[in-house]
Amino acid sequence: MAVQRIVVDPITRIEGHLRIEADFDNGKIVNAFSSGTTFRGLEKIMEGRDPRDAWAFVQRICGVCTHIHAIASVQAVEDALGITIPKNADLIRKIMTATQFVQDHVIHFYHLHALDWVDVVSALKADPKATSTLAQSISNYPKSSVGYFTDIQNTLKGFVGSGQLGIFANGYWGHPAYKLPPEANLMAVAHYLEALEWQKDIVRIHTIFGGKNPHPNYLVGGMACAINIDNDNTINMERLDLVAREINKAIDFVNQVYIPDLFAIGSFYKDWGFGGGVTNYMSYGSLADDKTRNTKDAVFPGGIILNRDLSKVMDVDPRDPEQIKEVIDHSWYDYTGDKGGRHPWNGETTVKYTGPKPPYQQLDTAGKYSWIKTPQWMGKSMEVGPLARMLVGYARGNDVIKTSVDGALQKLGVGKESLFSALGRTLARGLETKIMVDYLKTTYDALLANIKAGDSKVFEQSKWDPSTWPKTCQGVGFTEAPRGALAHYVKIDNGKVSLYQAVVPTTWNAAPEDQQHQKGPYEAALIGTPMADPQKPLEIIRIIHSFDPCIACAAHIIDVNTGEPLNDNHFFY
Amino acid sequence: MNETFYQEMRRKGYSRRDFLKMCGLLTAVLGLEASFTSRIANALETKPRLPVIYLSLQECTCCAESFIRTAHPLLSELLFNMISLDYMETLQAASGLQAEEAKMKTMQDYKGHYLVVVEGSIPLNDDGIYCTIGGRSAKDILLEAAQNSVAVIAYGSCATNTCVQGAYPNPTGAVPVKNIVAHVPVIDVPGCPPIAEVIAGVIAHYLTFDRLPELTNLGRPKAFYNHRIHDNCNRRAFFDAGMFVENFDDDGAKQGWCLYKVGCKGPTTYNACAITQWNNGVSYPIKSGHPCIGCSEPGFYDNFPMYEHLAHVPITAMPFEPDKIGKWITGLTVAGVAAHGVATGVIKRLDKEPRKDEEAGK
Repeated sequence: MAVQRIVVDPITRIEGHLRIEADFDNGKIVNAFSSGTTFRGLEKIMEGRDPRDAWAFVQRICGVCTHIHAIASVQAVEDALGITIPKNADLIRKIMTATQFVQDHVIHFYHLHALDWVDVVSALKADPKATSTLAQSISNYPKSSVGYFTDIQNTLKGFVGSGQLGIFANGYWGHPAYKLPPEANLMAVAHYLEALEWQKDIVRIHTIFGGKNPHPNYLVGGMACAINIDNDNTINMERLDLVAREINKAIDFVNQVYIPDLFAIGSFYKDWGFGGGVTNYMSYGSLADDKTRNTKDAVFPGGIILNRDLSKVMDVDPRDPEQIKEVIDHSWYDYTGDKGGRHPWNGETTVKYTGPKPPYQQLDTAGKYSWIKTPQWMGKSMEVGPLARMLVGYARGNDVIKTSVDGALQKLGVGKESLFSALGRTLARGLETKIMVDYLKTTYDALLANIKAGDSKVFEQSKWDPSTWPKTCQGVGFTEAPRGALAHYVKIDNGKVSLYQAVVPTTWNAAPEDQQHQKGPYEAALIGTPMADPQKPLEIIRIIHSFDPCIACAAHIIDVNTGEPLNDNHFFY
Repeated sequence: MNETFYQEMRRKGYSRRDFLKMCGLLTAVLGLEASFTSRIANALETKPRLPVIYLSLQECTCCAESFIRTAHPLLSELLFNMISLDYMETLQAASGLQAEEAKMKTMQDYKGHYLVVVEGSIPLNDDGIYCTIGGRSAKDILLEAAQNSVAVIAYGSCATNTCVQGAYPNPTGAVPVKNIVAHVPVIDVPGCPPIAEVIAGVIAHYLTFDRLPELTNLGRPKAFYNHRIHDNCNRRAFFDAGMFVENFDDDGAKQGWCLYKVGCKGPTTYNACAITQWNNGVSYPIKSGHPCIGCSEPGFYDNFPMYEHLAHVPITAMPFEPDKIGKWITGLTVAGVAAHGVATGVIKRLDKEPRKDEEAGK
């Protein structure tokens, strides 16, 4: 049989618009192409703006990663202007980062990824009593009675029976790639609903410090939420108590629901070892200062692993023009002059669309086929995200990560090689959520201790006024987002942004191939995967979801050609 | 669609008490008196579940994230009891062809009876290449879905005013929903994103009262966008008393004073932030110490810098003894409305300033 082209567009249960085209032959995928199909063109928009406003624009790169782009942005501007933020502001930002990781990973597991492993319709056949026994055998979560699961099943029966299946309509129910027994399916459906209810609460930590979620507010130089424990309109004990309450609820939810479910579901799929992908992994390191970033002492150490060799780990420096480059061999852009890779400091985003005019059936994958660029480290495609963080941390010898990974492998009865798969990615995400939720508590305690010691400062005023800034300067803010390595680059001329560029996690993972046909991580992960029915792309979305795609981030939204800043009268001062 | 809402809840094992409790919560979110609960209950006892097609176009998904945070009604209540969310890329199980088929089925089976919610703007430049789904342009997708819908809710600032991608110079030619959809009602629900309970409240309003909500002159539901944030701000007394934060984290900030001088757009922004507040009533930007950035107002990104205020807003403290005002109060209210109009006029004049892309005829 001839090679068959499978098109999956839209890939749902992700952020943004992703299209996968895959060549199917002899029962499996033999080639794959990843295409981001949205572009917003913020590059021109950023020119000439006040750098203190930049976070509010680039935060809107993504409403799912709502916090971390703003953090990278204020860090880039603070780096450029030489601002050191007060300790309270640093701790509050770290609490908000950890909050985002925990919330985002739980939502990903239950609402974006679970339906690739969990058959909702099969849950109708479950015995609620056996489900209760199963649930109580893996967790002390209080909602585990026979009555509880009977109620959930009745709700589900009514829903399915109504013929209006809503978000579950046309799912791949009954597909042979589903392996869970009905009871595990029913338990997972119940926890899908519990997670939906819980996730809206943990974000209240963002609301306390940033005023709202999604898209909380930030401030170059610190935070805007003044601390005064003896005032009614500031951060005081009542506000902090609400934060503590949400942290404790999060610890319970992760320990009693998410982690037990992850292992319960994972144990049924541990033989499904597909979705490995590129063999190189990168983390910028996170929740550390510049001294500890590339060491085992960071909460998430930075570094590079090549060819899955965990015995060696190299340092990474996003500032180094030789290390990080973006190529556009298969992306709808053009470079003036040299068409080779470019470091973000010399980035350029000139649109050159060569794809078909919509409506279209198929992309020309021999030519350019995506709005996403191809970032590389020393010319190599790198996977970023939770798995990369756990592998780099493991290779660096970080004790917490090492204990966590070894314990998980032992519990599942599998070797390290099992990590290099879709399931490995999903496992790593859960393990780091557990690390993050513990970190959330210790950081909250550190904030309280600092306030108790008499420090209430949240903002550094000295370089707020543009008259204190150098005429030209540049900075970078780099960190780890839930989906992987993130860096924002800014150049400031005469008090205005003259270049802004973000190289984001999904750009790394969803990248198209390069000129030498070196595949991007999504593409490489799909190749070799068997499919039971090429018309029903369950195996494809399962692998793609294991990366947790975020396409609004990826479609190279923010980079500015160095050029004339806009005339001030474009703005309504 | 033959079974009523209430019948369905009962069949699913909910008690009448559960049902009435939910009606009570709905009454609260709609800002109505408790006596309306029985009317809502009556409405839900006679109404079927509403099919909803949720389109994600040129956007960042903050609206979907906000949507799933709704606390009353809970999203699970919405999904299981109130609406049938037949298409929403962010949540639906099916991908690709199977996802598109689910949408087509709803458009055919419920012709003239389904609601469309749109998150995102529509980029018109270059044949729509800047946002395609299933190989089709955002404009085609929107027009097709809107055609036989009851109404279209333009949800969030992208859909109502194009948000950041529409800021100068609007490189992709992004336009809001109302520029594309003309033949069915369009309800603007702006904000970046809107408050979670607002979108749920608008849908519940339609379900309960069997009619679309009343709109302001900007096409937004009065239930959520009738007043300026300034009108209901918890720091308003400090504005009127002339007590301002001069710099972040200064003594005024530590007393929770007014943020007007650090750029607050509350006096020119119409939204429910100060009333409903965010994430189940926890806080809102001003309460947490950051000035309002005006995210629900058209063109707000071109009204920055964020930390400078745009125009003079007069202090409106009353130099009268309340006990002595008596019948003058009516006159004062009129004066208050006039002051309110001045503030509104400021932002509107700004809107009329042509942007360069408009001048270029784009």
